[in-house]
Amino acid sequence: MNYIDLHAHMISRTTDDYHRMALTGCLAVTEPAFWSGRDRLGPQAFADYFDHLTTFEPERARQYGIAHYTWLCLNPKEGEDRELARQVLALIPDFLDRPNVLGIGEIGLNRVTRNELATFRDHVELALEHGQLIHIHTPHLEDKYKGTRVMVEALAADPRIDPARVLIDHAEEHTVEMILGHGFWTGLTLYPKTKASPARAIDMIEMHGPERLIVASACDWGPSDSLAVPEFVLEARRRGHDDALIGRIVLENPARFLGQSPKFVPVGTGRGTVAAD
Amino acid sequence: MAFYPGTCLLTQTELLDLSFMEHRAQLLAVAAFLDRLDRARGGAAGVQEDFRLRAFREALHELTSPEPGRVRRAQMLLSDQNLGLLDLRDSQSAFGASRRVHTSLGNEVEQ
Repeated sequence: MNYIDLHAHMISRTTDDYHRMALTGCLAVTEPAFWSGRDRLGPQAFADYFDHLTTFEPERARQYGIAHYTWLCLNPKEGEDRELARQVLALIPDFLDRPNVLGIGEIGLNRVTRNELATFRDHVELALEHGQLIHIHTPHLEDKYKGTRVMVEALAADPRIDPARVLIDHAEEHTVEMILGHGFWTGLTLYPKTKASPARAIDMIEMHGPERLIVASACDWGPSDSLAVPEFVLEARRRGHDDALIGRIVLENPARFLGQSPKFVPVGTGRGTVAAD
Repeated sequence: MAFYPGTCLLTQTELLDLSFMEHRAQLLAVAAFLDRLDRARGGAAGVQEDFRLRAFREALHELTSPEPGRVRRAQMLLSDQNLGLLDLRDSQSAFGASRRVHTSLGNEVEQ
């Protein structure tokens, strides 16, 4: 089945991953800017990173017939450093016009500090100023519930925010209703140990329905699986779901959300073309 | 008792047939982990007050609850439910359970 992996940190994956993703039906990936596993030495490292995400990576994906898109930001793990945030935020507008940039992300919170929230708000302002889609990371583990609540409440209180243009990612059982209930697009992350399994993602889809829900691998340099989306497809079929429902989750929903950016090119499905609303 | 009734497309028997062995293995992995903790160096009382183990044991009670919604309640037991912002980042990574626990007096202490 054809699919879009809406969250994949391909910079940290090998070309073999692109090969296997293409073999399993991947048509497009979107790559949010993220933490490299260590704090970067300065703003110029981000300029180099953004250039990599908008030149080398789309070309590498293209060789396997996969469209590569990206999101730019200073990631939440480094959001505590307000001076670095100011410097990196000043760099981002120079990259926003590049053809594979869909928006600002993955912004959010890590340990839910005052500085992180200020950096999050600065990114939201940048997105609004430039009319960009927003992709949001919610914190890991014990910080997820409070971090999600803090961000959802901050966004819900801002009348300039259209929740249909925001995807809040890494939802789990204790946060999914809160995110959906405020009208945001909601991501379920198929990531071993610290996020959701395919079985739990299917549980949440069964209980809350497919509207505004997507799944993604978030594959990166940690223990993760670049084929997590096709694993989800297999598990959903074993659970008795038909291809119409599964295709909606892995292809049509991400295409609807991403299609709000004029840069996103509709991708073929084998059942016709998925177009934006 | 039912929680989103009928939303799982399989019958209960089909679900057991499909998934019992996998979850039997996961159950035994947790049991073996707790036994391994008892055998580990550091003495019987070494980690009994560890904030992670305490939350883990509380969450285990949810597994035997007759009430649906077990995973959501277990998630909350493993979450920091204090919505106050930290003044400064205390660490780069999360721990899997909250160091901050509420005391019987209603105040909060850091573990």
